[in-house]
Amino acid sequence: MEEFAALIDRLVYTGSRNAKLALIADYLRSTPDPDRGWALAALTDGLDFSAVKSGTIRTMMKDRVDPILWTLSRDFVGDTAECASLLWPEPLGHRDAAPGVAEAVSLLFDMKRTTVQAELPRLMDRLDSSGRYALLKMATGAMRIGVSARLGKVAFAQAFNVSVDDVEEYWHGLTPPYAELFAWAEGGEAPDTENMPLFRPFMLAHPLEETVVDMADYAAEWKWDGIRVQLVHAGIGVEAETRVYSRSGDDISATFPEMVEALSIPAVLDGELLVRGTHQGGEANERTQGGAASFNALQQRLGRKTVSKKMLSESPAFVRLYDALMIEGEDLRGLPWTERRARLEAFLPRLPADRFDISNIIAAGDFESLAEIRESTRDDAIEGLMLKRRDSPYVAGRRTGLWYKWKRDPLLIDCVLMYAQRGSGKRSSFFSDYTFGCWDGDPDEGAELLPVGKAYSGFTDAELKQIDRHVRQNTVNRFGPVRETEKILVFEVAFDSVHESKRHKSGLAMRFPRIHRIRWDKPAHEADRINTLKGLIRD
Amino acid sequence: MSPPFSWIRPDPHGIHVGPADCWIDPSKAVDKALVTHGHADHARGGHGQTVATPETLAIMKLRYNTADGATPVGYGETIRLPGGVDATYIPAGHVLGSAQILLEHAGEKVIVTGDYKRRADPTCPPFVVTPCDILITEATFGLPVFEHPPIADEMAKLLSALQSNPDRCVLVGAYALGKAQRVIAELRAAGHKDIIYLHGAMEKMCRLYEDFGIDLGPLALVADQVKDDMRGSIVICPPSALNDRWSRRLLDPITAMASGWMMVRQRARQRNVELPLVISDHADWNELTRTIEEVNPQETWITHGREEALLRWCQLTQRRARALSMVGYEDEDD
Ligand SMILES: [Zn+2]
Ligand SMILES: [Zn+2]
Repeated sequence: MEEFAALIDRLVYTGSRNAKLALIADYLRSTPDPDRGWALAALTDGLDFSAVKSGTIRTMMKDRVDPILWTLSRDFVGDTAECASLLWPEPLGHRDAAPGVAEAVSLLFDMKRTTVQAELPRLMDRLDSSGRYALLKMATGAMRIGVSARLGKVAFAQAFNVSVDDVEEYWHGLTPPYAELFAWAEGGEAPDTENMPLFRPFMLAHPLEETVVDMADYAAEWKWDGIRVQLVHAGIGVEAETRVYSRSGDDISATFPEMVEALSIPAVLDGELLVRGTHQGGEANERTQGGAASFNALQQRLGRKTVSKKMLSESPAFVRLYDALMIEGEDLRGLPWTERRARLEAFLPRLPADRFDISNIIAAGDFESLAEIRESTRDDAIEGLMLKRRDSPYVAGRRTGLWYKWKRDPLLIDCVLMYAQRGSGKRSSFFSDYTFGCWDGDPDEGAELLPVGKAYSGFTDAELKQIDRHVRQNTVNRFGPVRETEKILVFEVAFDSVHESKRHKSGLAMRFPRIHRIRWDKPAHEADRINTLKGLIRD
Repeated sequence: MSPPFSWIRPDPHGIHVGPADCWIDPSKAVDKALVTHGHADHARGGHGQTVATPETLAIMKLRYNTADGATPVGYGETIRLPGGVDATYIPAGHVLGSAQILLEHAGEKVIVTGDYKRRADPTCPPFVVTPCDILITEATFGLPVFEHPPIADEMAKLLSALQSNPDRCVLVGAYALGKAQRVIAELRAAGHKDIIYLHGAMEKMCRLYEDFGIDLGPLALVADQVKDDMRGSIVICPPSALNDRWSRRLLDPITAMASGWMMVRQRARQRNVELPLVISDHADWNELTRTIEEVNPQETWITHGREEALLRWCQLTQRRARALSMVGYEDEDD
């Protein structure tokens, strides 16, 4: 655990991506199995210990530290795990030997909700402050040290001089501590992944921004406002399995059982998962029996581990296909997009029509007419356009010049800052999460502000400092970490769409709100009213 | 007879001593000021008369260009003020010249600690525990998470980073008054004899320390060097220079910072510090609480810092305490 803790600390203090990669690669080369595999899983957020949550740490600490001193310390440090590692009372006398990563992991896995308050402290007592920090970060599965799963895989590839695409591909078929992966990387056999329902890394797009493309070279299709998924069917006979993966490669099959049932031919398909709805248009399509509902309807189904019959019948899912990576054992990824598209179109009739359709190609002779089509679309299920180079192979990640996304312009509204909350991580010493509202009538006639959304992005570091100062100087009420402010600061808020919502007092919920501009100059009573926002609901 | 301790009054701009009509560490210009030490949140120019240790007066002259009305008082010396108030200057162990001020009037004793620490420091005499009725203390690091490690550990970290990177230099951000000189003196005590390079803003204060007999060993200015000469060396600059254009004149520096705040990882990250050195010139949590226990006053007043937590500790240990709402006492120096 000491080496792992030292690695974590060094990663915390290292800004550059290359230096981080070198640190992790070094660790992976010099640490034996299975410690390095568990460490890699921890770094890439691949571990989940059901008995240890942030609340577990709070309970554990409140038995040992005065609750008020704990809260003051926690607020100042900004991180529960770090605060606990600093405040942990050193055991009297001799400290037992520190556990290795694998031992710590196995002890954490064995902890139950009923035993964790007895067992976690015993583990804490065996570690020094850095070790305790690493342990708690690992145990709560929230490292937040600037190491993404992708970075971990790149570091792995760098450590053993193997291709990162191969690492990505094998990764999803294997489980921690990844012994087969290390064995392969150090010159052994490739893992047997033939008949496994593996996730293949998505091909992603760059934002189009100022680029203009020639429509002779690029095809355009709608970018749907659902969630990007990959459907995989693999295996033979009773071993055959279908999985639905999210963009990050998470297995979300349990959330969408109807899609698992819908694919029974070996294939790897890329598409947008949507739910059927009546009130949103969703672009009629010869196969569709009704359009796609808004993202809001889809949201009701996300994050559920089990799905009720009612939900399945009210908001059934379907996938609007974009691409095919494999069909019946044949890897299509090296083929040009036009060829894959032809294969996909030919394959489509073999899939159940109520579960699959295909994202239509937009007929646009030149870029200007495409821009016009994009401008005129009012369909709420459309997030924008995708431009795909007609000869592009299907490659993992973002490659310059192959695919572009061209989002619709955001909507804008002027809101008034109402509440501010401290951020987390790097921003823990700033009030960086803002709740803002619109007037429910004429403010000069005594109308009130109703909260319409929350945002914590869209401003620069310098602006953050200014807003933070504004919040501190204009606090009228404190509720724990939240400050209520004087209602005087106007934000121009950008958002992608707005929907009716029963969860909010204003009856409205915004999608992707972010601070577009800070209107220091604008008086609060000139901010927009709820009715203006309502008028922006598109259907 | 007036009620007990009515002669001493905390004001947002400092502590006012009524019978003598003078202020302690006032944040505005006053006729007569008693100053604990030279940091900008305690000392400023523009007072009619300033009473402080000779070291503090010299520091103030250098930093704030104060020349007139200086009254020096040595450690252990008592000065009689108007209205029957006696003021005694006692070492506080914070920086060169730093003092606690013991005020005595009508048989009542009040100590204003200014900033202080209880650890050894080669650049100033150690804090002296002095009994009193009211202890007016700072609380900059007044949270139980602050337990500053022994300075020897931090010096070892610094020297080992230096040794394992012979082609780079280690750039240490340290406050120009106190921290910088303490780090240099501790490096010398740890046997580091090489030239230490200084940011221009450090030079005069280092010379002043040397004038007061503190040996800092061989020093040179970064501005006089070419990049290559500073390979494998320690460079000291004010924290504000760590991430600015100035540091680009160095060859691939390892960014370090000597501060008590380095205890908290996010604080180090905010400053892009790769090598955090937990070195503080303030009392940590245990030193603060130990000092209150040892001085054992009837009442503790807290000037600045994390006063809520120290108040809570006083409450838990059945000690009378109050927080003064001082303005302008920032954590300029830590
Ligand atoms: Zn100070
Ligand atoms: Zn101070």
